[in-house]
Amino acid sequence: MIPTVDYIRILPELVLSLFGILIMVVDPALPRESGRKTLGAIALVGILCGLAATLVQAQNYGDAFFGMVRVDAFSIFFHFVVLLIALVVVLASFNYLEVQQIYSGEYYGLILFGTVGMMLMSSAIELVLIFIALEISSISTYVLAGFRRRTAESAESSLKYFLLGSFATAFFLYGVALVFGATGTTNVYGIAKALQNPPSALVYLAVALMFVGLGFKVASAPFHVWTPDVYEGSPAPVVALMSTGPKAAAFAVLLRVLFASGAPGWFWMVWVSAALSMTLGNIGALVQQNIKRLLAYSSIAHAGYLLVAFAAAQQTGISAAIFYAASYAAMNVGAFAIVSHLASRGERYVTLDDYAGLGHRSPMLAAILTLFLLSLIGIPITGGFFAKFYVFSAALQANLVGLTIIGVINSAIAAYYYLRVIVFMYMRDQRYEAPVARIPAGLGVALTISAIATIYLGVLPGRVLEYALRGAQDLLK
Amino acid sequence: MNFINQNIVTIITFLPLAGAILLMFFPRRDRDIRFFALAVSLVTLLASLHLPWHFQRGADGFQYEQNVPWIPHPNIHYHLGVDGISMWLVVLTTFLMPLCVLISWKSIHDRVKEFFILMLVLETAMIGVFVALDLFLFYFFWEATLIPMALIIGMFGHGRKIHAAVKFFLYTMIASVFMLAAVLWLYAHTGSFDFLEIQRAIQSGSVPGFAAAAQWLFLGFFVAFAVKVPMFPLHTWLPDAHVEAPTAGSVILAGVLLKMGTYGLLRFNVGLFPEQAKANAGWIAALAIIGIIYGALVAMIQPNIKRLIAYTSVSHLGFCVLGIFSFTQIGVDGAVYQMLNHGVSTGALFMLLGMIYDRRHTYDLKEYGGLSTPMPVYATFFTFIMLSSVGLPLLNGFVGEFMVLSGAFQAKQIWGILAATGVIWSACYLLWMYQRVFQGPVTNPANANLPDLDARERISLWPLAFAALIMGVAPMLWLHSIDPSVAAALKQFTNATAHLSAPAGMQISKVLMTVLGR
Repeated sequence: MIPTVDYIRILPELVLSLFGILIMVVDPALPRESGRKTLGAIALVGILCGLAATLVQAQNYGDAFFGMVRVDAFSIFFHFVVLLIALVVVLASFNYLEVQQIYSGEYYGLILFGTVGMMLMSSAIELVLIFIALEISSISTYVLAGFRRRTAESAESSLKYFLLGSFATAFFLYGVALVFGATGTTNVYGIAKALQNPPSALVYLAVALMFVGLGFKVASAPFHVWTPDVYEGSPAPVVALMSTGPKAAAFAVLLRVLFASGAPGWFWMVWVSAALSMTLGNIGALVQQNIKRLLAYSSIAHAGYLLVAFAAAQQTGISAAIFYAASYAAMNVGAFAIVSHLASRGERYVTLDDYAGLGHRSPMLAAILTLFLLSLIGIPITGGFFAKFYVFSAALQANLVGLTIIGVINSAIAAYYYLRVIVFMYMRDQRYEAPVARIPAGLGVALTISAIATIYLGVLPGRVLEYALRGAQDLLK
Repeated sequence: MNFINQNIVTIITFLPLAGAILLMFFPRRDRDIRFFALAVSLVTLLASLHLPWHFQRGADGFQYEQNVPWIPHPNIHYHLGVDGISMWLVVLTTFLMPLCVLISWKSIHDRVKEFFILMLVLETAMIGVFVALDLFLFYFFWEATLIPMALIIGMFGHGRKIHAAVKFFLYTMIASVFMLAAVLWLYAHTGSFDFLEIQRAIQSGSVPGFAAAAQWLFLGFFVAFAVKVPMFPLHTWLPDAHVEAPTAGSVILAGVLLKMGTYGLLRFNVGLFPEQAKANAGWIAALAIIGIIYGALVAMIQPNIKRLIAYTSVSHLGFCVLGIFSFTQIGVDGAVYQMLNHGVSTGALFMLLGMIYDRRHTYDLKEYGGLSTPMPVYATFFTFIMLSSVGLPLLNGFVGEFMVLSGAFQAKQIWGILAATGVIWSACYLLWMYQRVFQGPVTNPANANLPDLDARERISLWPLAFAALIMGVAPMLWLHSIDPSVAAALKQFTNATAHLSAPAGMQISKVLMTVLGR
């Protein structure tokens, strides 16, 4: 008999699943073209209920379902991050779907199911459940990536993402199998106990394989090659989700797998991957003309900064990584929300030239996008600044001078291409008029949430950092 | 009263920002926006006058301190305060800002709202740099000055404005990353970002690994500040930025932003690493002297007036750096005084250039000639300001340069001799330029009927001219409060300066007496 409290410990997942099913059921009953708003509203209510459910869940720390799920400060933190991302994405999608004439109601359902997967990834402590959660979130995003199905790029992006993604999950699964072979358990904390004895060579291989699988999910080099193409082809709000939600969740899994289980032999893998991601991401971004590709390369670079925090390890490093994941989510989801609004019908306006003179045409959008870009550079009074700051100070405390230097040089390079967007918006004259629609209410709310979050993390990071620290402590318990 | 004393620094710092936020919600009626920006900057000026008014003269250490924990982990404090040095730099900033608003009154007509928002945000950031006593907070404000300034150049400049803005941004940004690395090292080894705490820890020798790292830390800070000053050979961003920037941007850039560099050298490089400062003084002074002479020589041959004035900044700021690295009381006093002077004189020169640019839309020297015929008032103001910049006795430039040079002589004779030639050079390039622009017959018919200065332009120049005069005849008004702070900063060098017979204050008053002929 499963005690009731176990269900409370997966309450947000349950709530969102129910709302997802509700959307699927209601969808056929609604008129094709005008009914999307209703579905969006249902999704919105679902996410808000999910947030409330997370508050309830947060009162009930502990394990559930025979040690498959663990609710602790760490998982609660990621629940909130993922839910807020989903909230912003749904809000930004309202108008987008109408403009792009996408009428499939599954869109919102898939976002909710994907979110369920991501939340479960952060609270699962059983490798098999982690794998299932990973698949739930991945499959939803594979489908979402192909939603502009009348365009070839979108189909290409979906297929590419699906093929490479499945390949990567296979790596992960293989790693899980090897771990089970070496330690006789798939429970993360059980593995930690088993690894107190000197581990066999099999474990090293397993850790490497799992790192490959998760490295793909977080788009870290050298497993990053899919990112620019997929981001370019997918619908912009979906990219907002993909580049933040599954990424944050995959980082949560990586944190659990590497640190909670006390896995050996990851240090140099992480080190190399961090250095490569930062360098390749930033250099790749330097030459991009398409803003979605530019942000794709930038997201590779940011995965690199996050991995620096991993390399720094233990409490300070982990809390820095958690904080980074949150502030990166805030700024990136906001930036993509703006991109999706400006893209206009058929995503025609997504190159830097289309952004020329935006400061004239829409001062408000230009100002907010500038805020997010400055945050991505890591300029003070934005969350990005503290995020980088914590990461590098954690790295220095762990005496990773080499990696810190690489990272610092990289953030200087990165300033150039983000700045280029700002230069286009404010200092270049437009060659032709790329139309800017009025900011719809949903997007307005979405942008307000992410802008406030970005500034809040940049001015008063103490509170969130405290939660991140608590999360790190719980993780290492 | 107590409440005001405790919070005055915060109030001054964030008043402009509050103004900028209010301005965001203004309708786009340009006239209202200009008046509002002027009002905000004037109120900030008034508020900042509280500082010297209630300043306890003769006391060293920081006053109006405010120290509250901001972020518990890492241990960052919201720690503000001023001493005699930073106080005057704050007042310089708030003093120049209303004048910048006035000077931009007509020359900025497109995107007026954005311009004044950026100016006010910039003011907050600049004041923050001077009052921050927590290294983290300092870095925070330091970086925050970057964006508005780059945007002002890039959005409102002319010519190759984008090139100039990006160059300015990247130079400063990349250099300050080294400072961040040094700050993080200090935090990792002292557990604090607080300037005073770190200083105490270094002095008591309780920082592990400091001896090995000190030289690198010194260089980390030095690079960031040297780019900002700018010191030869890191000065190449400056002429570009100045030439392409709008007038108000140039005034702020020359008047305040460059001072952030010299202020940083004095406060952090000298204040935290006295040993290394002494060890490195040789080549730094050499670079400063090269800057003085090179800047002057290059200025002399510029065909573009604004570029000419930009290069004089390289030369004048060389004096400041030389004064600081002479480690003598009088030299450092002079350096601080010279920072204020340069803000006033060069700020005024840029404003004057802006006025002629508004009329003719060119900075090309060849286009001008005989301007004193159509514009006598303008020529008079120009003469006055130019002489203050050259260092004519009774005007401000003289006092600063004299003190720096006597400090340099005390430290090393050859420094003094070489630097003193800079005074001659500055007379050469400015007087020659003056001759070509103002004297002789009107050669270009376009200049024949130029209107002279109007009331707004005169109002914006009078305060500067007045300040130049007062600072020239009554420097003790300023030096009274600068002197003890400099003495405190130099406490760690007292052995080196023991040969000074009389306290520097006395020396200065002696200088003053000689100057006034009493």
